[in-house]
Amino acid sequence: MGRRGAVGSNVLRKDGAGKVNGRALYLDDLSFPGMLHARTIRSTIPAGTITRVTPRVATREFIVVDHRDIPGRNVVALIDDDQPCLAEKRIRHVAEPILVLAHEDRETLLGATVDIEYRQTTPNYDPLRSDVTFKQIAIDKGHVADGFARADLIVDGEYRTRHQEQLYIEPNGVIAVPDGHGGVIVYGSLQCPYYVHRALKVLLGLPDERVRVIQTETGGGFGGKEEYPSMIAGHAALAAIKSGRPVKLVYDRVEDMLATTKRHPSIVRHRTGVTKDGRLTAIEIDATFDGGAYATLSAVVLSRGLIHASGPYRCDHVKIRGRATMTNTPPNGAFRGFGAPQTQFAAEVHMDRIADALGIDPVRLRELNAFRPGDITATGQTLGKDCSALTVLREAVKRTDFRKRRKALKGTGRGIGLALFFHGSGFTGSGEVKLASRATLQLTERGARILVGSTEIGQGTRTMLAQIVADTLGVSYDAVDVNDADTGVVPDSGPTVASRTCLIVGRLLQRAAAEMRERLGDLSPSQYLKKHGPLVVTTQYEKPEKVSWDDTTYRGDAYESYGWGCDVAEVQIDPVTSQAIPVAFTTVHEIGRAIHPGLARGQIEGGSAQGIGWALLEEVVIRDGRMVNSSLTNYIIPTTLDTPPIEVQIVDNPYPQGPFGAKGVGEMPIDGPAPAIINAIRHAGVDIREIPASPERIQACASR
Amino acid sequence: MPVTIRHRALLSPRSLKDALRLRHEEPDAMPLAGCTDIYVALNFGTLPARGFLNLWTLDALRGIDVLDGVVRIGALTTYTALIQSPIVARHLPMLVAASREVGGPQIQHRGTIGGNVANASPAGDTLPVLAVAQAVVELHSVRGLRLVPFTDFYTGYRTSAAAPDELIVALHVPTPQGRQWFRKVGTRAAQAISKIVIAGVGGRQPRIAFGSVAPTVVRLPQTERVLASGGTILEAQQQMQSEISPIDDVRSTAAYRRQVAANLLDEFWRATGPGSARAARGR
Repeated sequence: MGRRGAVGSNVLRKDGAGKVNGRALYLDDLSFPGMLHARTIRSTIPAGTITRVTPRVATREFIVVDHRDIPGRNVVALIDDDQPCLAEKRIRHVAEPILVLAHEDRETLLGATVDIEYRQTTPNYDPLRSDVTFKQIAIDKGHVADGFARADLIVDGEYRTRHQEQLYIEPNGVIAVPDGHGGVIVYGSLQCPYYVHRALKVLLGLPDERVRVIQTETGGGFGGKEEYPSMIAGHAALAAIKSGRPVKLVYDRVEDMLATTKRHPSIVRHRTGVTKDGRLTAIEIDATFDGGAYATLSAVVLSRGLIHASGPYRCDHVKIRGRATMTNTPPNGAFRGFGAPQTQFAAEVHMDRIADALGIDPVRLRELNAFRPGDITATGQTLGKDCSALTVLREAVKRTDFRKRRKALKGTGRGIGLALFFHGSGFTGSGEVKLASRATLQLTERGARILVGSTEIGQGTRTMLAQIVADTLGVSYDAVDVNDADTGVVPDSGPTVASRTCLIVGRLLQRAAAEMRERLGDLSPSQYLKKHGPLVVTTQYEKPEKVSWDDTTYRGDAYESYGWGCDVAEVQIDPVTSQAIPVAFTTVHEIGRAIHPGLARGQIEGGSAQGIGWALLEEVVIRDGRMVNSSLTNYIIPTTLDTPPIEVQIVDNPYPQGPFGAKGVGEMPIDGPAPAIINAIRHAGVDIREIPASPERIQACASR
Repeated sequence: MPVTIRHRALLSPRSLKDALRLRHEEPDAMPLAGCTDIYVALNFGTLPARGFLNLWTLDALRGIDVLDGVVRIGALTTYTALIQSPIVARHLPMLVAASREVGGPQIQHRGTIGGNVANASPAGDTLPVLAVAQAVVELHSVRGLRLVPFTDFYTGYRTSAAAPDELIVALHVPTPQGRQWFRKVGTRAAQAISKIVIAGVGGRQPRIAFGSVAPTVVRLPQTERVLASGGTILEAQQQMQSEISPIDDVRSTAAYRRQVAANLLDEFWRATGPGSARAARGR
């Protein structure tokens, strides 16, 4: 059509104006006639049983909901269904929900008290000593014994990471409204409306059509609104059904930090065989993830973690073992990166230790071993031309003059380090086949309307999907609308997680738009509507032919494609305070092709900053199973003064099966910063193997 | 977690005299001004007070002037006012440095030096400055006026020598002789609470005070004596360990605080002591 394409240009965000001028309505901006406010009463012990619950409230004034009010099954339906929506007897962690109170006056509600008596049992906080294993996974390639036999040197190491809070700007919140027919409509700040839809059906014992979930404008998620909204929506829905009135349930920051999911802490052990000249002959990895009190998403977090555990490196003999175990702390869950940041932290810090042990340059070690197209991964996947490990490594080294800088900084109190990493786009293994996502495109007078359950959570979903549709359909970007993510209207395009929205949902819409364009022929949208009436095209996920995966053996194509990244960090260690201050940061990303370069850079900068926070500052302090720094005063995320300028370089390598060549981008930026920074700290003279590398840890490490 | 803020009373005096009378009649009513600490505690449900005495409108408690080298700072002077004051910049540059480290601009516009003193947190950023400057606290009550040396003001963790009916009206801060030095080690580069904070005045009779290393802000008289009598920095560092008593808390550890306090003492002494570059230049 001769018009300049929307894809590849920085069009205005679909959600931009409303967010800037204040018209965007977030959950707490909404109100309904007769609405009640709700509040969650939680356990104050980490382990034990409830012996008595006594609400000290006027029962005629308050709605009091407990597990006996649950019409369906008392679970937050997800994978293992082991987590109750409201505790009955058994308590497994502090802040476990026991009652929901509702009242029309928020202040009266906050003044109410409930006495709960418990019989306490001994809690366990050590994931290595847990009696309960939620999931274990084994990945084998070749025979590590053969690989170790060929090694000139074996390097061992143990690496630890801790909790991290997602810290979306808007805390969790929902409003449940009775639909007048025994069902419920739930509005919420959430990532996955159809997860909530399913969980509510199970909890309330309702059919599909009696549950409707509508995402409201959402102030960030980072995975923190993947599974938890199913819990909070259940609480509000139970109170709405019991009272027959709309019920609002919004957490404040303290409650959100105290009760909701965090990134899984990890303990990862490496044992690696390597030849004198630096070739990896055997990789053996043992990883333990702290799942917290319930299984939630631990099984799949572990899965992604282990698949990325040996890093972007070729090796004939790989043995990976891992497990997620239970501890008496609030359940850990989805967080940007989903297990891969933890395991790649270990892999990349270990690589630098191998380089040290061999006395070779860390770049050279990576160059020798980095995946090339045609190489085979630990799960047996043959990589295609979309493998760019070497490209991003060389680009990052070149841009930062890494080798020269490394020599120059030696012994100055500054250090420079790098990390090479990759990240699979989409659900792991057969996940996408099982999801069987659908997307719908509806012809409008001007162009088209997108109907998907994929959510805008600040990352640019609406904008990016509209760009893909506009160029495929041959209409202007402004002529494409995006419907609210409302399960009453949109099909289930799968959850907004796993760096899948652009690649998977973008491709579904690209196919829908291509079909629509064909049907239009020479007619404009309005001419078509006049002549033929409404036109709606729905597409469903089709597995790319070459992709295959076996869940039982854990072999095959773990992801249809991967993004590739390399980070270089420079740090200064303050000799007085032992603070590691990041002074320069460069990141090179190959994500196929950026649909919206500005938004993609935003994702990369933001993910890098979040990774820098995880590496240096962010620490969840837990005492007796309770987070004791559950506030922004004492849970320390980086400000702009704590992060250096972040130089972002996006390398193009269009992926033929991706929409306009695109792959996923959301998660990968958080895989690299922590190991790059720790490697820089090692270069500056401190051999630290645990994050956050707080001044306290650096000092303790340096004085050992 | 959220708590109710209902059933709390606010008393709003129109003059200092009025305020002192209310303070006398209702000693349990907590004085408030900028509210930067109160709102945090209120939100966390950790504020026992049910009644409050609003001082914010009392302009008589504002203002900075200087007489015979003593700077008088009204209790309601905000950090922003301290940062912008030519008098403070000239006489007490370390107080400007400390004020710049308090929260962000919003907190600096509302928070007051009197509030920092009254809140009595061992981590208060201006408190080591007042300690080394040998400030005096001006207290008023219906019974009259009382002047208390700042170093005698705190009697323990979050307790002070102020009587239940007294209000902090001003601080008298003599201009120190000697180079002023201030450094805060926070949990991050900005918007942070201190893990450890030091103020010092250099010269032959150095004065040193630390925050966040004891139940109250502490002056280190014995360490000062070691340095004044020509002791080595190592001897001073050893001495200081007996004058501080840091703990492990959510922000840091006792071990870290001890080590960094010693490092800061060294840094202070290198910058301001007889061997410092400035001293060497014959300044």
